[in-house]
Amino acid sequence: MDIIEISNLTKYYGKVKGIENVSFNVKEGEIFGFIGPNGAGKSTTIRTLLGLIFPTSGSAKLFGKDCIEFGSDIRSAIGYLPSEVFYYEKMKVKDLLKYSASFYKKDCTKRINELSEIMELNLNRRIEDLSYGNKKKVGIVQGLLHEPKLIMLDEPTSGLDPLMQQKFFDIISEENKKGATVFFSSHILSEVQHLCNRVAIIKEGHVIKVEDIKTLREDNYKKVTIKGNSLDYVRLNFEGVSQLVKYDHSSSFFYKGDVKFLIEAVAEQEIQDILIEDPSLEEIFMHYYK
Amino acid sequence: MNIYRFELKGYLGTLWIWILSLIALLFMYMAFYPILSDGAMMMDKILENYPEELLKAFGMGESISFATVLGYFTFTFVFVQLCLAVQSAYYGFNFLSIEERELTADFLYSKPVTRRSVFVQKYLAAATALLLSDLAVWIGSFLAIEIFRGGNSYDFGNLLILLVSIPVFQLFFFSIGLLVTTLTKKISSVISYAMALSFGLYILNAVRSIVGGELLGMITPYYYFEPGQILTSGKLNLRLTMICVFVILISNGLGYRLYLKRNIHSL
Repeated sequence: MDIIEISNLTKYYGKVKGIENVSFNVKEGEIFGFIGPNGAGKSTTIRTLLGLIFPTSGSAKLFGKDCIEFGSDIRSAIGYLPSEVFYYEKMKVKDLLKYSASFYKKDCTKRINELSEIMELNLNRRIEDLSYGNKKKVGIVQGLLHEPKLIMLDEPTSGLDPLMQQKFFDIISEENKKGATVFFSSHILSEVQHLCNRVAIIKEGHVIKVEDIKTLREDNYKKVTIKGNSLDYVRLNFEGVSQLVKYDHSSSFFYKGDVKFLIEAVAEQEIQDILIEDPSLEEIFMHYYK
Repeated sequence: MNIYRFELKGYLGTLWIWILSLIALLFMYMAFYPILSDGAMMMDKILENYPEELLKAFGMGESISFATVLGYFTFTFVFVQLCLAVQSAYYGFNFLSIEERELTADFLYSKPVTRRSVFVQKYLAAATALLLSDLAVWIGSFLAIEIFRGGNSYDFGNLLILLVSIPVFQLFFFSIGLLVTTLTKKISSVISYAMALSFGLYILNAVRSIVGGELLGMITPYYYFEPGQILTSGKLNLRLTMICVFVILISNGLGYRLYLKRNIHSL
């Protein structure tokens, strides 16, 4: 079953394009990455799904229900963590969490305590006295306290130290194992690499690729670095080569195609050293961004 | 009704100071009445020498005399109205815009609650706070008059009509604030908007009373519910009250519609 179904979703802010004809689905139980540079439309998409903003055209369904028409129903099963968290400054953490819990029709006290313990969050402090990282922890607890079936994270890790990030990812993985679907936007690709099953890549308001993370890696791209004093760059630029970069006495490029042909082509060169490796996800994505 | 409770708690935090101030204002003004009423003849003589326009601008025109309880109370109530207008306008400009200004909108609107429910609960919380201020003015006015009138009689019925008009007066400012909030992208400084609206319309009415005529009065609730007029005649001007109710209904309805479809932008 598809938890998220987005079809031709378009949002214009006046004349400025937010997203255009975005379509993809997220399956139940998946951890789905939503990748793109800043301003590509990640937040616009997420905010539309949450009913914070209204689409210009197109539609989206969550749990099979229209995200605008049944917004409030749907949101009872969603936990949302925005990239920047802001809460009522004068409140104590525990009062905020209680207020947050009061929107759901179940007792969340136990889960609040569990999560706060894991995240090492002091419940008796005032929001205004918290550091940014600690506010973020409040955000995490507040987003997960009702054990949502769909967790939406919008660049969630900013402001968390690596240790907390790890704990956070552990919690997310655990929720996922318990059956929660996770929709996760980020521009930090290593995060995605570890967690996600599938990713959508968005650029300038358009989704340019939806792909299995494994396929993406195995897309047959090889990163080749060669060393040599007199490399013939004209002949290096053979078919399948992209992003050829020249340095003094060395060169690197990406190659997609028959490996045998690559070996033959490289063998013609006067090379001293060669390195053929799988490109990192970063490099793959840079390829799509361009 | 969790939002209602949450909001009301927020209001109560500062409301009691405001209520005390309103009552203090009423008492302080009325405390001078005994002295003035003793020398009322003299006071009226002094006032006669004032330029007519100035008196009118303070709502003291026509046949209002400092000597009578309600004549003096007119003078007091003009300031109470101004205070209530500032408060109502402040609530009106603030109650929806605060979540966006303080960036808590993401938190609230990502919860399983409809826009309609948020609107209604927030509206009711603000209305409750306004009603509490109202009650304070009712009780405060009555007590202040009873304590300081010193045997001078007054028409209680006329006073009652004036006090009953307050909620409509408050709602006018509240609703305009609400409408402007939903029409604009962001209200950056609520207090300046509230001051501008409440003082602006006050000045408009002052100008109207100086230049005469009714046209300017049609757009200012200080004219719809002029204390001097109500306290002397004991009647609301039905036509002007209808205009006021009409404005309230239109701004509420339109504001509500716009709010339902309002985009909540991120930072």
